[in-house]
Amino acid sequence: MKFAVLVFPGSSEAECVRAVEECTGEPAQCVWHIEEDLSSFDGVIIPGGFSYGDYVRPGAIASHAPVMKAVKKEAERGALILGIGNGFQILLESGLLPGALMRNTSLKFRSQWAEIVVENHRTPFTIDYEEKEAIRLPIAHGAGNYVCDEQTLASLKEQNRIVFRYAGENPNGSLDNIAGIVNEAGNVLGMMPHPERAVSKWLGSEDGKRLFTSILRTWREKHGVATTR
Amino acid sequence: MALQQPVKEPTAEQIAEQKIYREFGVTDEEYAKVCEFLGRKPNYTEIGVFSVMWSEHCSYKNSKPVLRKFPVTGPRVLVGPGEGAGIVDIGDGLAVAFKIESHNHPSAVEPFQGAATGVGGIIRDIFSMGARPIALLQSLRFGKLDNERVKYLFENVIAGAGSYANGIGVPTVGGEVMFDESYEGNPLVNVMCVGLIRHDRIQKGVAEGIGNPVFYVGPATGRDGIHGATFSSEELNEETEAKRPTVQVGDPFMEKLVMEACLELIEEGIVLGIQDMGAAGLTCSSSEMAAKAGNGMELYLDDVPQREANMTAYEMMLSESQERMLFVLEPQHEEKARAILKKWGLECHKVGKVTDDGRLKLFHHGQIVADMPVKALVDDSPVYHKPAKVPEYYVANANVDTTRYPETKEIGQALKKLLASPTIASKEWVYNQCDSTVGATTAVGPGSDAAVVLVPGTKKALAMTTDGNGRYVYLDPEVGGRIAVCEAARNIVCSGGEPLAVTDNLNFGSPENPEIFWQLEKAADGIADACRVLETPVIGGNVSLYNENLNGAIYPTPVIGMVGLVEDVNHITTQSFKSVGDVILLLGETKAELGGSEFQYVIHGCTEGRPPAIDLEVEKRLQQTVLQAIRDGRVRSAHDLSDGGLAVALAESCITGQLGAEIDLNTDLRADIALFSESQSRVLLSVAAEEAEALCKWIQEQGVPCAVIGRVSTDTLRVKVNGTVVMEEQVKELERIWKEAIPCLMN
Amino acid sequence: MWKAVVYVTVKEGVLDPEGQAVERALHSLGYGEASGVRVGKYIELTLDTADRDEAESRLKQMCEKLLTNPVVEDYRYELEVASS
Repeated sequence: MKFAVLVFPGSSEAECVRAVEECTGEPAQCVWHIEEDLSSFDGVIIPGGFSYGDYVRPGAIASHAPVMKAVKKEAERGALILGIGNGFQILLESGLLPGALMRNTSLKFRSQWAEIVVENHRTPFTIDYEEKEAIRLPIAHGAGNYVCDEQTLASLKEQNRIVFRYAGENPNGSLDNIAGIVNEAGNVLGMMPHPERAVSKWLGSEDGKRLFTSILRTWREKHGVATTR
Repeated sequence: MALQQPVKEPTAEQIAEQKIYREFGVTDEEYAKVCEFLGRKPNYTEIGVFSVMWSEHCSYKNSKPVLRKFPVTGPRVLVGPGEGAGIVDIGDGLAVAFKIESHNHPSAVEPFQGAATGVGGIIRDIFSMGARPIALLQSLRFGKLDNERVKYLFENVIAGAGSYANGIGVPTVGGEVMFDESYEGNPLVNVMCVGLIRHDRIQKGVAEGIGNPVFYVGPATGRDGIHGATFSSEELNEETEAKRPTVQVGDPFMEKLVMEACLELIEEGIVLGIQDMGAAGLTCSSSEMAAKAGNGMELYLDDVPQREANMTAYEMMLSESQERMLFVLEPQHEEKARAILKKWGLECHKVGKVTDDGRLKLFHHGQIVADMPVKALVDDSPVYHKPAKVPEYYVANANVDTTRYPETKEIGQALKKLLASPTIASKEWVYNQCDSTVGATTAVGPGSDAAVVLVPGTKKALAMTTDGNGRYVYLDPEVGGRIAVCEAARNIVCSGGEPLAVTDNLNFGSPENPEIFWQLEKAADGIADACRVLETPVIGGNVSLYNENLNGAIYPTPVIGMVGLVEDVNHITTQSFKSVGDVILLLGETKAELGGSEFQYVIHGCTEGRPPAIDLEVEKRLQQTVLQAIRDGRVRSAHDLSDGGLAVALAESCITGQLGAEIDLNTDLRADIALFSESQSRVLLSVAAEEAEALCKWIQEQGVPCAVIGRVSTDTLRVKVNGTVVMEEQVKELERIWKEAIPCLMN
Repeated sequence: MWKAVVYVTVKEGVLDPEGQAVERALHSLGYGEASGVRVGKYIELTLDTADRDEAESRLKQMCEKLLTNPVVEDYRYELEVASS
């Protein structure tokens, strides 16, 4: 399986590349924002960071970059797309996921460990987690306050598309404690917590690892590749 | 030589006659020296350039004699003081670059941007060496958190520093925040940046190769921050409010682009010399790069990108617009460089060339507008050995008996008061605003003795910390200076690292005051002694003088930034208790030492007497012993005893471990003194029960006092002194007090 | 040449935490009469177009494509001849 990690000016891509390679043993390649073709990749990760300095709105400028057209194409084709932090913001701004992220209700940037519940462990990104498993991931964002209209919320719930929720204290005021959602087809995940920063015991948690292994297992099962791990 | 004189600016004659140079902080003697170097009277641009190059901020003219005391060499030192940052070898062909820098005065005037640009400046220092910044630490001092102005400064410094660090994507992994009236109106904002570099990528700020072009990269130059370097070399007073426009505005996104582009240029191996335009902007970077190579430089100011219309040579040379770099290439690499910069959306501008005449020549509108010997600007700046005088308060304090206070019987109440004191209270409110995990290398983040950052691709990690207790240094600068270094090293050791080297930030009042200069000299003596004994050379740093408010000088506050090497990630150790039943050991000797302690300040409302004594050999032995025990895998947790003494250290280990402790102390001291004394060279360890006896014996054999003082328990911190219970508190309640103190004050 | 100013505010019905914080701060400063505080963005730009209609239609596109997020933000604009 071949991963693309998108790089916009202001992205923090290095940890995604490292996490993919360490957790899956598969290669991850950085792809510059002007690239127009992602068809040689099996999965796309839009990393965290401050693309374009968060100017205008987080993710707004990046959502118009040439590479995002290619991401849309791959999403339609069914490739697995993961947006983390700023990457989630970009997915929302580009319309690949519904809703929007507003400033945290505290109006302050929040960096801390968050207790997360895996609400849906049947998505391509979460099959290696248990049902309702409680995990610990770091968050670090100033605009993670997820909002959407009632209709959207109703369909997110109905279709079981809320993948992660904050357990305990909600660090940003998000609607219904939402921390991550998938699109209707289930192949595009956006989340505020950072699984790529929780991939070894030295980092304080290994709970992010299985997100990457889930992606690999999904891909292998789909492509009939024998699982050797 | 007829130099072109722009209109409006005073002429060289007027500058001399009306002594206009004094407005730039240039003395009559210094002016005469400038005339001598030039062989004529300087024009407006030239006196402006000399005034910033000879300011304390750029020339260290008052602190040089003091800085010479520091040991600066060692087997691991690859780059010592004088460059953007010092660099130390960590094996495997890798090295660590680090430096601390202050932005006190800009932050006092405009806290958000002052702190933000402070972060931006120190990050530039690191990547201009070729190193990738991997961590930031903030060492901050504010007035007492009981008035709106202090809260405003605190809130905005944190927000500003955080926004820049978060925006550029460098994790803030540690630091310290202390509060004392002494810093009211003159907060200290010291930021340390740590970077990783391969040996073969180390850059220097040198303008090599006669005829080579000089390039400018970064945003256009505006009129912001003109005379920032001189500004920071002045005392703050009511007038400084009117100087607000001198504070610059930071753009972390631009700096991220400049950083990535510069690191890519360096990786290509085509950069001959690179330096950031920090204090004194183009002036300082151009003249220092030329001086270090023994060359000269010509600058064509019409080619400098300008953000505002009709900028003069003087304004361009002195502007402190942010996120700008100057670099030198061989001409054949120009196209390659332009392509790399273009990828990052940046342009570079050829603004000059390297010359062989040792002069800095400025051209504007086709005319030569300044012509100065580089050596005079950089190397021949005046050096003053200011008079020093022992302050009266110091003499008087010798007779203060810090054990004379009535005994505090309510130990639990006193502990709660200390935990609620903002200096000791949890700093979660601060560090939750700063991304501490970006980069995914943070093994131990903010809130521990030292932060620990992994070195990807190796089994190594780097421990890092900042320390400096202004109260100790005020009470006895020499002892306080020693303690600052020892505490930093002890923090490194407790986290499993071997101390490598030091970067120092000397925050003091006005050196014109002999008592302040005495503090500076003595503190430097103390730092130098400790660095020698602990074998941690000073590889760079910063001096910030003239830190004064309406009540006089701040506490003399040298901040020690230290980096240590964790040889194996398995050695990483934290302060939190790990499991019920573990045995708690206290290493070191507790004496009746309350001078300068947090207990004295909070409970008795004063700062007086002498600070705790320190014996450097005893300290070294303690550190070596603790580190060996950690490396041998015999230690579950390690915590340095500092502010608040044993009681606070125990509470912190309990709170962070979500466990309790049963303590049984035998001592000749009064209970309150035994528990709150800040005696140095002490460490709290918790170890597996079956290991305890043997380890305790081994530690004693190393010549380090060691006593079993209790066991880790479930949820209560209970302390007996000589068989009598003196306190019993629920850890949950202590945690609540400790965590809520700062948020409560800020809401 | 046309000079445009665009005002972006959080949509009615969407929580505006910044507006609420400012309102609380105003009240604590003794301005109890203040209410309904909304915090928004102000953007100015000039457009080099042939006529006003073209300027207006291009400006609307800019607002909808980049300057605002229609999910949570509203905008209004003013357009006038640039006085150069």
